Amino acid sequence: MSDTNAPHLIRGARPMGGDPVDLLLADGVIAGTGRGLDAPEGARVVDATGLIALPGLVDLHTHLREPGREDAETVASGSRSAAMGGYTAVHAMANTDPVADTAGVVEQVWRLGREAGYCDVRPVGAVTVGLGGRRLAEIGAMAESAAGVRVFSDDGVCVSDALLMRRALEYVKAFDGVVAQHAQEPRLTEGAQMNEGCVSDRLGLPGWPAVAEEAIIARDCLLAQHVGSRLHVCHVSTKGSVDIIRWAKARGCDVTAEVTPHHLLLTDELVESYDPIYKVNPPLRTAEDVRALREGLADGTIDIVATDHAPHPAEAKETEWSTAAMGMVGLETALAVVQHTMVDTGLLTWEDVADRMSSAPARIGRVHDHGRGLGVGEPANVVLYDPAAPLEVDGASMVTKSSNTPFQGMTLPGRVRATFLRGAPTVLEGKIQ
Amino acid sequence: MRHLLSTGDLSRDEATLILDTATELAQVGDRSVKKLPTLRGRTVVNLFYEDSTRTRTSFELAAKRLSADVINFSAKGSSVSKGESLKDTALTLQAMGADGVVIRHSASGAAHRLANWVDGSVLNAGDGTHEHPTQALLDAFTMRSRLGRLEGLRVAVVGDILHSRVARSNVLLLTTLGAHVTLVAPPTLLPVSVHTWPCEVSYDLDTVLPKADVVMMLRVQAERMHESFFPSTREYSRNYGLDAERLARMPEDAIVMHPGPMVRGMEISAEVADSPRCTVTEQVANGVSLRMAVLYLLLSGS
Amino acid sequence: MHARKPADGDADGGVPRAREGARAVLDGNEINRALTRIAHEVLERTKGGEDVTLLGIPSRGVPLARRLARRIERVEEMSVPVGSLDITMYRDDLRSSPVRALGRTEIPTGGLDDRVVVLIDDVLFSGRTVRAALDALGDLGRPRAVQLAVLVDRGHRELPIRADYVGKNLPTSLRENVTVCLEETDGEDAVLLSPSRPSPSTTLNRRPSAEDPSSPSPSTTLNRRPSAEDPSSPSPSTTEGND
Repeated sequence: MSDTNAPHLIRGARPMGGDPVDLLLADGVIAGTGRGLDAPEGARVVDATGLIALPGLVDLHTHLREPGREDAETVASGSRSAAMGGYTAVHAMANTDPVADTAGVVEQVWRLGREAGYCDVRPVGAVTVGLGGRRLAEIGAMAESAAGVRVFSDDGVCVSDALLMRRALEYVKAFDGVVAQHAQEPRLTEGAQMNEGCVSDRLGLPGWPAVAEEAIIARDCLLAQHVGSRLHVCHVSTKGSVDIIRWAKARGCDVTAEVTPHHLLLTDELVESYDPIYKVNPPLRTAEDVRALREGLADGTIDIVATDHAPHPAEAKETEWSTAAMGMVGLETALAVVQHTMVDTGLLTWEDVADRMSSAPARIGRVHDHGRGLGVGEPANVVLYDPAAPLEVDGASMVTKSSNTPFQGMTLPGRVRATFLRGAPTVLEGKIQ
Repeated sequence: MRHLLSTGDLSRDEATLILDTATELAQVGDRSVKKLPTLRGRTVVNLFYEDSTRTRTSFELAAKRLSADVINFSAKGSSVSKGESLKDTALTLQAMGADGVVIRHSASGAAHRLANWVDGSVLNAGDGTHEHPTQALLDAFTMRSRLGRLEGLRVAVVGDILHSRVARSNVLLLTTLGAHVTLVAPPTLLPVSVHTWPCEVSYDLDTVLPKADVVMMLRVQAERMHESFFPSTREYSRNYGLDAERLARMPEDAIVMHPGPMVRGMEISAEVADSPRCTVTEQVANGVSLRMAVLYLLLSGS
Repeated sequence: MHARKPADGDADGGVPRAREGARAVLDGNEINRALTRIAHEVLERTKGGEDVTLLGIPSRGVPLARRLARRIERVEEMSVPVGSLDITMYRDDLRSSPVRALGRTEIPTGGLDDRVVVLIDDVLFSGRTVRAALDALGDLGRPRAVQLAVLVDRGHRELPIRADYVGKNLPTSLRENVTVCLEETDGEDAVLLSPSRPSPSTTLNRRPSAEDPSSPSPSTTLNRRPSAEDPSSPSPSTTEGND
């Protein structure tokens, strides 16, 4: 990494897409903003003409795979990938091996993140022991550990037992935690391979009905409201889910929800190739669902964009569909996909993007020094993004250890030019530092 | 066309060409020398991940009648059972110079995947619950031979549509060839989007039978009962099984088809299975001619 | 899987277009006279047509065989078994051209064993079709003798094969096309000789097998060699490659 301590003077960036100003980053904070700022001695000047400045992005849903699947990703490689995508904080999901269901494992992940130094790695703790869905994990110990866990999730599996879910929702209230539910009714999705509908019926792949997601979301919203707790819904993928969350919010339920970039752009018709690069949980849905998700994100029903970055080694995808692993990498393409689907379509402003990808996820995850805006005195977590630099996606040239991107070969409209974590550049001139 | 993966890929002309070619090749079975030199020096691999002696034998005989070299590569007792991936197996076959690979696999789409990894032609001999194109083609061939036409024919396909690759291939092919298909099954054994398919749907076999030129019975596995697709085999066969009494309600020259293997007493009674109106053994014989036609059309040209 | 169909794309099928520079070398009457003469010759050579079976090679050999049978029957007041013998599956150039649709093989009842089989084709050229026909016959039975009748012999043999009965010997250049039209298939009787179509390529320009057989390329022709007729030309039908 280049000189971490040197101040950086960013010239001519457009905060939240507004008018160009200079930003001086020094001592880990934004030390000054304004036009024609003087560069202090030793400061490095970054020409940001035409670039959009946003607060460093925060991902509430990242799979870093370590410990256990270091062949797919490590905390170090995944957090470098995050930095390339403009992220300064990521939440590392608990479905590692061993599962992050004890203070020991979450502290290990947290420490690995600190050592790597590319972004703040906030471990997510498992809700149940071993993601088994039977007994609560030691949620309190994880919350009180050095990792300070606030988000708990069995992501990958649903906490389908209604009573256990109720207990988890209640228990996390003690330390202002949140349960992030992977909404998937297990019996309705036994052996499921893709969205249930015309395409699955034609392809002869067992279908994954929308109702399997929606039924759990409805139940959990009611439970959360009943016990007065916070609920977060992971990777919302159907129109019905958006409707239910909208309804729950209207009746006062403290629910937040996320959508992934791939669910904002891709549909189940891609599965017709039987290429498992498009295999993901929850599955790609229909164009109608995509439309509803975009609208939901625009009107605030869906609070945030989360990547569900899920790296897999090549051999996990170079198989027949039914044996292939589910998941897609997404950290390095998220912002460009959001620009393409939400900004260029007029659904979101850049200010909204800062909310959906930085402030709101930081708020849900209780990450206090991220997502704070670009005012003087705020932590110098900043991403500089070029919205007019189209890039053809190529998994092989990504920073992540894996290359399973569903956007392979697509041209996305922009790219991250620089990322600063507490004033230190993790990415400069589009290159990892 | 390089591969035969789905009957949905066939135009009406292409499908008709296959049937016409099979008609010509059907004579070969009656000759003193039951062999043609056409595919001499070509190698056909039968890559079978599921046990299916009848389909494998049919393809093997078809390839041998065209003088191709045939290699049977079954999952049991090969590197496949030792965990070799489909891709690696494909690359091995590629290195051996296979001109055609006939694949049977339990995963839907396996044939599509294989086609990405080999240069030769891929023939889908059944992939999961997706398709079984040569079965549908031999069914159409049998209907045309028996009834003289396909255009306007009323075909009822009865049974476990949801899990049937035969049904999928038949709906696509028969529609292309101008026949009218009606699917008959309890709602649990129909795909949710079946209303978007180019066919009719009925839950009531008895109303469909008097208007059918062809009734195709599909095998129903008893295990489906345990997954609550229907309450009991008795109730299933009472509502959807074809017995002599129902056969009598069909038009006089209507035929009964079954892709085999039959479950007598479940979807079809022994009396119907053995009736001269049941074409099961004819379908088997036609399968060889039809597969010869497909192998010839895929492998002989440049 | 676009196979060429004898009816519309094979070298010996389809409706021949009047070609620029084409001239008729035989008209309808001359064709009829030639067939009548061949009928008499067959009767002479086979001692009254005893045991004769006529097999036409699709597509134009088949109507010629029927005409020949009618003439023999008229002369001798006997019935001659007539059938057809498709040789597609026995061709030696299957791998170098797009897949072909099959013609019909119809062996008259009674079979071919101990019969005197007369093969009938429209044009004799390289001899490869006849070679294939002989192979096919061998798999169908054991005739006592096999003879060959053709409407036109245009020369340029590549195999040691000759015809027993010839309607007309027609010396040609390899650059010329011979087209046989028959009432039954083309609406009129004529044998036309025309200069070869101009071709962008001057060599035996056959693409390697990588070429997708399903998309016949318009350009894969042809300096016409007898053994390698145009595999992909969608246009109707010259018979110069058919022998």
